Amino acid sequence: MMRLLHNCSRLLQLFLHQGYHTLKVGVFLGCLAMLFEALPVYAAADLDVNTPAVAAVKASMQSRHLQLLPHYQSGAVGLTADGFVAVKEAGLVPLSQRSALTALVKDENADRTNLYRGIAAANGHPEWEGEIQRTFAIRWIDKAQPGWFVQRDGQWLRK
Amino acid sequence: MNLTLIKQGWMRTWLLVLSATGLSACVTINIYFPAAAAEKAADKVIDEIWQVPAGQSPAPSQHSAPTATPVTPSATPVTPSVNPESAP
Repeated sequence: MMRLLHNCSRLLQLFLHQGYHTLKVGVFLGCLAMLFEALPVYAAADLDVNTPAVAAVKASMQSRHLQLLPHYQSGAVGLTADGFVAVKEAGLVPLSQRSALTALVKDENADRTNLYRGIAAANGHPEWEGEIQRTFAIRWIDKAQPGWFVQRDGQWLRK
Repeated sequence: MNLTLIKQGWMRTWLLVLSATGLSACVTINIYFPAAAAEKAADKVIDEIWQVPAGQSPAPSQHSAPTATPVTPSATPVTPSVNPESAP
């Protein structure tokens, strides 16, 4: 017991003697670590959306938008709350064009998935995909033109 | 003496590891999802994809099905272009 106490006080003494210097070095190393970890934070202050993969998806969506636009306006297609598009009222489209519309929506959604995933990957954080998708979902709906149908709380609303 | 040296070395590494991890842990918390940056990026991407401005009339669709909804006020920019007819 006495030996243990003795050892303890010895340790404390050592700590007090060495502690300051060691802490100083530790803080320095910690700062270095912080710098290295902080770098990606600053890099992420602006999300990179210009990698070749993302640019390709954007171009594809851009050209598809011209085909989707009349459907947004008619209400055949609406913007969902989770950042995708969906056929809202297939009846507005002639029967002969419904399969084309379904394919259009499917392709658009595939591109949107790739867009969200691509932006997350381009910024070195694949785990951000969900958050990016949520952010886009809100912004798509906010930016939708008057008359388009958007989904809110599971219901379709006309903007 | 030997024991003391060993103890010193042990304590030094221990403290180093502790302070370094402690500090870096504080920083790790900061690497949150950059919501503002994401919103900015989303706006930029959406504007690029939907780059047909609201005013411009939409691209004429090949079929005439959904044309019965004049939702967008077609404020087509009537630019006062030089008109050959009006020229004296």
